[in-house]
Amino acid sequence: MEITLNHYLAVAATLFAIGMMGVIMRRNLLIIYMSLEMMLQAANLTLVAFSRFNPRGHLDGQVFVFFVITVAAAEVAVGLALIVALYRVRQTTQVQDLNTLKF
Amino acid sequence: MEAFFFWIFSIGMIVCGLAVILNRNAVASALCFAFTIVFMSALFVMLSAFFLAAVQILVTAGAVMVLFLFIIMLLDLTAMEHAPRQKLWMGCALVVALGFVFTVARTLYTLPGGTASLTNTVTPSSVPSFGAATPVTPDDTHQIGKLLFSTYVAPFEITSLLILVATIGVIVLCKEEPRSAPGKEASREPKKETALTR
Repeated sequence: MEITLNHYLAVAATLFAIGMMGVIMRRNLLIIYMSLEMMLQAANLTLVAFSRFNPRGHLDGQVFVFFVITVAAAEVAVGLALIVALYRVRQTTQVQDLNTLKF
Repeated sequence: MEAFFFWIFSIGMIVCGLAVILNRNAVASALCFAFTIVFMSALFVMLSAFFLAAVQILVTAGAVMVLFLFIIMLLDLTAMEHAPRQKLWMGCALVVALGFVFTVARTLYTLPGGTASLTNTVTPSSVPSFGAATPVTPDDTHQIGKLLFSTYVAPFEITSLLILVATIGVIVLCKEEPRSAPGKEASREPKKETALTR
């Protein structure tokens, strides 16, 4: 059985769906954040697959993934700093305890 | 052979991804996430993106995971491990995820060139979309470097500015209150230790 572009896209979509499940059903802020990272990485896999199967052989998709990885690393640093600052104030990382803006 | 490795890596990646969201223990989740990234790097190697596979392991499975584990152990999240699972939300999540996968599958079914494989390099030139793949370029690091410093030099510089802003932002966010000792400075790790001492 040959591995086609659709195989890679399907695997990436499955990983994205798993990350989305994690965001919806978990209550721990850190796990939610990890699931968000997983969704980003699934998108990266899609970009690399499209870049590889591009008949013109351009590497622009890989350059884009490079930028995404860089920005994601910066984003993780800022997000974790936010979580630590939140923990200092509220002593929790559970989303059901963060109900200040809840109507 | 290629199919064998593809299935090994992708099934491993999806199992590890499921373990991330189903594990009660946050540390185990983080380690499973690191394994997810390692399997994804293997898929990158299969797609002959060697540079990105190395960057992925170094940055995401290395640096980002160390940050996550550091924060998880710092905040001591063992208290919520025995909370009951939310069956309703799990059902909702499953429905949304299955709907998403179904939509993507239906789209892939009609994707032009989606059935192109890496082995049949002969493609009709009239097909402008994703056809059969080009031959493997072993010097992808070289080519990505050339692209980064020619076509994408402006985004590259802006990214460095973004990282600078992120670093300053992290320092500001984790700064102590003004009443504390003024001796704390610009390193990231000592700032996060301050949460421990409270």
